[in-house]
Amino acid sequence: MAEVEETLKRIQNHKGVIGTMVVNAEGIPIRTTLDNSTTVQYAGLLHQLTMKAKSTVRDIDPQNDLTFLRIRSKKHEVMVAPDTLLGLGLDYGWICAGATCPELCSTLNM
Amino acid sequence: MTASVQRDAPAPGLRSGGPQPTTRTTRKRDEDAGPDVGEGTDEWNQSKTLIKPPDQLELTETELKEEFTRILTANNPHAPQNIVRFSFKEGTYKPISFVDQLAVHFSLVGNMIPKDSDEGRRQNYKAEMASGSQEVVEVQPSEAEGGEGGEGGEGGEGGEGGEGGEGGEGEAKEAESQGEVLGHEEMAEAEVEEVITPKKPKERKLTNQFNFSERASQTFNNPLRDRDCQMEPPPRATFSATANQWEIYDAYMDELEKQEKSKEMEKAKGPVAKKVGKMMMRKKTSLESQSDDITKVTQAAKIVERMVNQNTYDDIAQDFKYYEDAADEYRDQEGTLLPLWKFQYDKAKRLAVTALCWNPKYKDLFAVGHGSYDFMKQNRGMLLLYTLKNPSFPEYIFSSECGIMCLDMHVEHPYLVAVGYYDGNVAIYNLKKPHSQPSYKSSAKLGKHSEPVWQVRWQKDDMDNNLNFFSVSSDGRIVSWTLVKNELMHTDIIKLNVEGTTTEGPEELNVYTIGCGTSFDFHKQIDYLFLVGTEEGKIYKCSKTYSSQFLDTFEAHNMAVDAVIWNPYHSKVFMSCSSDWTVKIWDHTIKKPMFVYDLNSAVGDIAWAPYSSTVFAAVTTDGKAHVFDLVINKYEAICNQPVVAKKKNKITHVRFNAIHPIIIVGDDRGQVTCLKLSPNLRKMPKEKKGQEVKRGPAVEIAKLDKLLNLVREVKS
Repeated sequence: MAEVEETLKRIQNHKGVIGTMVVNAEGIPIRTTLDNSTTVQYAGLLHQLTMKAKSTVRDIDPQNDLTFLRIRSKKHEVMVAPDTLLGLGLDYGWICAGATCPELCSTLNM
Repeated sequence: MTASVQRDAPAPGLRSGGPQPTTRTTRKRDEDAGPDVGEGTDEWNQSKTLIKPPDQLELTETELKEEFTRILTANNPHAPQNIVRFSFKEGTYKPISFVDQLAVHFSLVGNMIPKDSDEGRRQNYKAEMASGSQEVVEVQPSEAEGGEGGEGGEGGEGGEGGEGGEGGEGEAKEAESQGEVLGHEEMAEAEVEEVITPKKPKERKLTNQFNFSERASQTFNNPLRDRDCQMEPPPRATFSATANQWEIYDAYMDELEKQEKSKEMEKAKGPVAKKVGKMMMRKKTSLESQSDDITKVTQAAKIVERMVNQNTYDDIAQDFKYYEDAADEYRDQEGTLLPLWKFQYDKAKRLAVTALCWNPKYKDLFAVGHGSYDFMKQNRGMLLLYTLKNPSFPEYIFSSECGIMCLDMHVEHPYLVAVGYYDGNVAIYNLKKPHSQPSYKSSAKLGKHSEPVWQVRWQKDDMDNNLNFFSVSSDGRIVSWTLVKNELMHTDIIKLNVEGTTTEGPEELNVYTIGCGTSFDFHKQIDYLFLVGTEEGKIYKCSKTYSSQFLDTFEAHNMAVDAVIWNPYHSKVFMSCSSDWTVKIWDHTIKKPMFVYDLNSAVGDIAWAPYSSTVFAAVTTDGKAHVFDLVINKYEAICNQPVVAKKKNKITHVRFNAIHPIIIVGDDRGQVTCLKLSPNLRKMPKEKKGQEVKRGPAVEIAKLDKLLNLVREVKS
């Protein structure tokens, strides 16, 4: 259990990371480093998107599964990794981290 | 009747009173609005003076006083007095003597019929028929009295018919009825009538259109009551689901798992097994329920960490994957090493990298052993496993009290890591298990080495399918360790006796000086053959089966042999390095080395490249990495590059990655640097046009052979 906490701490302290969030299967945020309104907003929106992405991937090939989801925008990048018990198809929640990526923006512009 | 009208004397008075009445009339008119009483009084007053109408006949007094008599007679004044009729007999008109004096003043045709007339009786009969039955019952008892019988249903009629008669009629009918006793129902009725008649007038109802009465009867309407009962509604739940491709697939997979489980349960029918299974299940469930939600995202956390690292080290990752130094085309026969990632861990900062090993299964995972080469400064040790996907933090961390000197990963079980300690112990770490202690550890009792273990190497499973590995140590023993029933059992394979150094001790015992093994390597193809390097600089070729004798000895170096490695392709060639600054390449059939390279500094480690039989790398304590390609340049390194930043940093180990063109280099500051080999260092033989490119071990062997032949020819 402490390992996860440490990992989350490391992620949060990583260069460029703005905030991290852990959400459970129902879409309720369990842990967050952002303020409440932002958390709620992100949780709601990203939950749906993750579900959709996962459903899409699995629809195409049921033996496949979504590993992670990156959303890069002009200002930030949002990374979502859903956690699944493989084989059972149960969704146990996901983690999202937001980071600023000015250098990536420049590469995207090419 | 006579009536006479007398004219009053006031008639003449009327003339005289002419103007007065007029005034009075005018007064009257004036007083129209006044009360009637007033007028009336005026009239009474006026009666004294007569009013004369304007068109009255003016008569003399005498004429006025005449009396006229009028006589009322019964004669019709309107009747003609002289009616004549023509008489045909006489042919003349004759006056009628009698004139009808009847004057009809008013005539109205009525619709009343006398009761006695035929029509009247008929109507009575009909009326009695209608109201007959009611009176029948009443009639019967009276009948009984009367002594008449057989009235039946028609009693009513007679009763009705007889009603009108009453008094006189009754008598007449009674007489009649007495005369005709039986058979005439009407007669019987008549008598009955007589009896009944006193009652009837009261009861009879006229059934005419003006006195219509409706007869209706109503039964009791039972009061209506609503009665209902309501049960509790069945529990409802809204259920919605989508049937996607993957949901169907998951359902099938679940079914499959269940089936398999049930099959397994059937197979393992022993009660013990079942109990164990149940215990496991209970443990699992209890763990799941106790654990916090957050532990369920361990996997996701790892992935996110890697993603974040990928972002941070994005350029390095891109380089690793795609960058090929274009300058190599211009650099003839020279290559470079591009530094990629640097791996370090806080707690291992002061520990030197004593061992490096790539995982045979996961090509991006490598293990780093930390310890200390310094005899004086012996600290704890660490075993860290890094992955290229996460350069900032190790994946697995194991710490030990004693410095780790060597490690090896099992090929078939890549989660088992064999480790040799500085204190002579060996241990096996199981990566699948979370605790940081080794799964199995040797101890003094179990025959640990008395000196640091310099190398361990996994072997194939022995005949009993037990895992086993070899270790070599400075105490001169090469020991085979076998994992038998969760215990490490050791077997001494060979003792390194230094030949030619037998000293005669007391009592004629031959005491052998024991050599200190510092490295060994097993032949890739010939299983029992292996090489051992010693501190004295000798390399022994040994066999697992011969425990007392060496197959061969090579006078390799002047100082301790740090590493000895067989060539991955060529079965005869091996390489050795030493702290005497040299790297030597041998053919094990020939006592003298094929190639000797002097690197100006103590060579820490050497490694053959997995992609070519002629490429190898060597690292020296002055922080440089040397890469050789014998095909390109037999005498010099084609790459000679300082790798670590600080000069005092010694590089201790080097390893090639199996698939990626990278090498990892460990130094004595606890840091592992990953470098990419430039294209020149990875040159494959050029394809001649029209010829198929031959790759594979045969080619490599041939390549090396060619080289060796050259050398051999020269030497011989």
